[in-house]
Amino acid sequence: MTQPRIFQFGDAALVCEAPAPATLACQRRVWAAAAAASDWPHVLEVVPGMNNLTIVFDPLEADSAALASQLQAAWEAGGDAPAAGREVEIPVQYGGEFGPDLQVVASHTGLSAEEVVQRHTAGEYVVFFLGFQPGFAYMGGLEEALHTPRRASPRLEVPAGSVGIGGEQTGVYPATSPGGWQLIGRTAAPLFDPTRTPPTLLQPGDRVRFTVAGIDA
Amino acid sequence: MIDVIRAGLLTTVQDLGRHGYRHLGVAMGGALDRLSLEVGNRLVGNRPDAAGLEVTFGPTVLRFPRATRIAITGTEFGATLDGKPVYSWWSLPVQAGQELTLQAARRGMRGYVTVAGGIDVLPMLGSRSTDLAGQFGGLGGRALRDGDRLPVGAPSARAGRGFSPQAPEFGVKAPAWCKFVLVHEPLRRGRHPSGVPWAVPIRVLQGPEYEQFPAAAQEAFWSDEWLVTPNSNRMGYRLAGTELKRTRNTDLLSHAVVPGTIQVPPNGQPIVLLSDAQTTGGYPKIGAVIQADLWKLAQVRLNSAIRFIPTTPQEARQALVEERTYLRQIDAAIAMHEERCARQPAVAAL
Repeated sequence: MTQPRIFQFGDAALVCEAPAPATLACQRRVWAAAAAASDWPHVLEVVPGMNNLTIVFDPLEADSAALASQLQAAWEAGGDAPAAGREVEIPVQYGGEFGPDLQVVASHTGLSAEEVVQRHTAGEYVVFFLGFQPGFAYMGGLEEALHTPRRASPRLEVPAGSVGIGGEQTGVYPATSPGGWQLIGRTAAPLFDPTRTPPTLLQPGDRVRFTVAGIDA
Repeated sequence: MIDVIRAGLLTTVQDLGRHGYRHLGVAMGGALDRLSLEVGNRLVGNRPDAAGLEVTFGPTVLRFPRATRIAITGTEFGATLDGKPVYSWWSLPVQAGQELTLQAARRGMRGYVTVAGGIDVLPMLGSRSTDLAGQFGGLGGRALRDGDRLPVGAPSARAGRGFSPQAPEFGVKAPAWCKFVLVHEPLRRGRHPSGVPWAVPIRVLQGPEYEQFPAAAQEAFWSDEWLVTPNSNRMGYRLAGTELKRTRNTDLLSHAVVPGTIQVPPNGQPIVLLSDAQTTGGYPKIGAVIQADLWKLAQVRLNSAIRFIPTTPQEARQALVEERTYLRQIDAAIAMHEERCARQPAVAAL
């Protein structure tokens, strides 16, 4: 495993960044280091990114040099054993009014709409990290045959629960927002609910399977 | 209870923010000028992290059906209570039915109205702050509207007689830096005849991608003035100035961003992220505003200019120590007021 670069960002954050490319093995180290760091005193936030980890600390209480050494040690100790991610099923109503771009993905990939759905539900996706919106998961694992470019002009309003494909990624929009992904379906699963603990359906390290709640091809 | 007679441009419920959920994509939020909110809470006997109202620019009118104690901190609004002028940075007794009118901010950008007991909306994920993008927290996850009613909590048990509606009003000094922002602000963009730029100085540490910018861009970053464009909000200040282009446009993998991050999108115009910013980003980070200057930045008005001043981690830390010292001075002043009130005989109820 290549050594990461650990550096301070601003006066209240430290970043631990592994060299590209991002791999699942490397991301497991990110999660392991994140789990360790969340217990350290004066550490306020531990935020995994793609191939990197940022910790936000109390700049008056914490010793950033000591934290950097701890981070280095946690990275080395982390190993790349599978993290204890949960398996989460997300039922999706594919196509029709809920998946207005299913045909677009079908014609781009040269597959039938049914085949797109079959392949999308066959995959196991890993949550690398969350960002963009509360509960929005950046997932790896979309098979290459389904890669489809984003829409030329983003929609101003993508409904909450929309399941989409954007380039090499697939994901679910937790809240209504503008968005440029190709929408192939929609789920009623609550991706983000601030009244629940934890508030998000998905967490870093989780493995996701999409299931067919219905299909309108 | 507080009746919102007139909400104004953008008034939201804010406390010191939401902590410990950034890894789930939940923004920090909270008062953009957190120092002003902390002082405001002290002036009404609240815990420093109680929720108050962040009034962006105004004009705003609030009515208090019950006698209480309030404070206005941050910018100067030319505030009146039932038509009588009242000061910012003062602890003010309010009688039942009185109306507070905040004119449009004369200088600065944001003011805070705190009330004894705090704004008592339901906490969500450990905070009462309004997340406008996520549409939760605060009052229904949205900015206040005319006709809203805000619940107010019971005054803190540790708040003594000095914070009762009968106790006399008293003031504390505004942060020294506040004056600086307010004095510089009305002069807007442009230079003084002596050649000294008027732009508000904001202290910055170099970001991890600083070295990817060519020398000319680095030079422009520090020496130029940056206009805060009207296309700015609680998520970030979008700046306009010299185009900052990297030597090579290599892609970055997504990473966490924090309030104060200065990122440069492909158009070369920097964005300074504020409290409501998304938790992750992918643009190169040329710098980071130090924690102690974030509240100053929040008071810089749209269409005025800022300058970035290179600083060191030691200076950044010293600035935070000075901020804590200032808050301890406020605590001492408030303790004296309470002592004075405790010595005096109780005011007979009328």
